[in-house]
Amino acid sequence: MTQLQARGVVKAYGRTPALRGVTLDVTEGEIVAVTGPSGCGKSTLLHCLAGILRPDAGEVSWNGHRIDTWSEAARSRLRRTEFGVLLQFGQLVAELTAAENVALPLLLAGTGRRAARTAALSWMDRLGVAELADTRPGEMSGGQQQRCAMARALVTEPRVLFADEPTGALDTLTGEQVLTQLVRLAREQRTTVVLVTHEPQIAAYADREVILRDGMVDHTGLGLDTPLPGGRR
Amino acid sequence: MLLGLLAAGSRHGYELKRAHDERLPRARPLAFGQVYSTLGRLQRDGLVAPSGQEREGGPERTAYALTADGRAALERWLAEVEPPMPYVASTLFAKVVVALLVADADRARDYLVAQRQAHTERLRELTAVKTAPSASLDDIVAADFAIAHLDADLRWLRTTLDRVADWHREVHS
Ligand SMILES: Nc1ncnc2c1ncn2[C@@H]1O[C@H](COP(=O)(O)OP(=O)(O)OP(=O)(O)O)[C@@H](O)[C@H]1O
Ligand SMILES: [Mg+2]
Repeated sequence: MTQLQARGVVKAYGRTPALRGVTLDVTEGEIVAVTGPSGCGKSTLLHCLAGILRPDAGEVSWNGHRIDTWSEAARSRLRRTEFGVLLQFGQLVAELTAAENVALPLLLAGTGRRAARTAALSWMDRLGVAELADTRPGEMSGGQQQRCAMARALVTEPRVLFADEPTGALDTLTGEQVLTQLVRLAREQRTTVVLVTHEPQIAAYADREVILRDGMVDHTGLGLDTPLPGGRR
Repeated sequence: MLLGLLAAGSRHGYELKRAHDERLPRARPLAFGQVYSTLGRLQRDGLVAPSGQEREGGPERTAYALTADGRAALERWLAEVEPPMPYVASTLFAKVVVALLVADADRARDYLVAQRQAHTERLRELTAVKTAPSASLDDIVAADFAIAHLDADLRWLRTTLDRVADWHREVHS
């Protein structure tokens, strides 16, 4: 069953077009990789699907309900309860320890302190960062921060996980460990995963690969004949 | 490889074939003929020697063991660094060159797109093998090797597609 749907999604930043009509159906429990060259619109698409950005035109639906028309408060609640989001750039709260960061979504959802910490530590352990529980983000490496952010995205056991370059700062073996956890969770709990990456090896963990090029889904293998906006390439 | 398998103790041809296919789970299985002809050559060169006969109702089977020379040859082989890609040669590469030579960019591109698809499918298959809970270390190490090479090919295919497109655009503008 289609769980997440984009219909003709268009998004521009000022005069820079980022998405030029993207249509995409994601089935429950599916792992979809979104790939394509830098600047093709991957992060923008992920933000639109997760209800962080509102498209300029087109529709985004979740279980058949249009969410692009919802208020920021309603979308924010949806993100907190149903979605796990791992963004490409900085997202841990600098003032909190790693374990507090990971537990945060549970605390916001009303889980008790002790239970939230236990769940946080268990995810940190699965991602190999349990020993950093009481460290602040400023004292962690990029890859350690990335794994804590992943633990935070997974701690609520979301219906959909959005992950933007989740292994960008990791070595091959650590990246493999993170992806294996992610795939295992997805298979066990029928979690849907939208995985943005530019690495073929990472995309191979997905059931399906969607290639973006110049803000459009490429259906032709590599879409080199896509007309370019204003002749740009 | 056979010398390495004999390092653990003497074995006859059939055991060697089985050990080879087990240790290199994703390699092309060894043919019996190949095992016996290689053993013959190694014996001629004094690297292995027959170490006993065995007969279990069936045909007689000869077990082989490493000689001192064989052990030394194995040590040398292990210590020797392989030349890193001394020649740039691959069927993939050759096909693109030939497609550009005898046909045009479209032909090269069609080939690149189809090959990319096939590579992607294989990459996904091997990733599934590797992440299966039942995967042994031998499976994982073999899959890693293939995955790293497929990944490198895919990056090259993608870059070449972009280059061919640029080149095509230049020629046709
Ligand atoms: N906040 C922003 N303000 C203005 N332009 C932006 C902004 N974010 C993205 N863009 C532009 O929108 C286009 C798509 O950007 P996006 O971040 O979605 O690409 P991407 O595919 O995620 O790239 P990368 O692989 O480099 O992360 C680019 O041309 C980019 O310059
Ligand atoms: Mg991005």
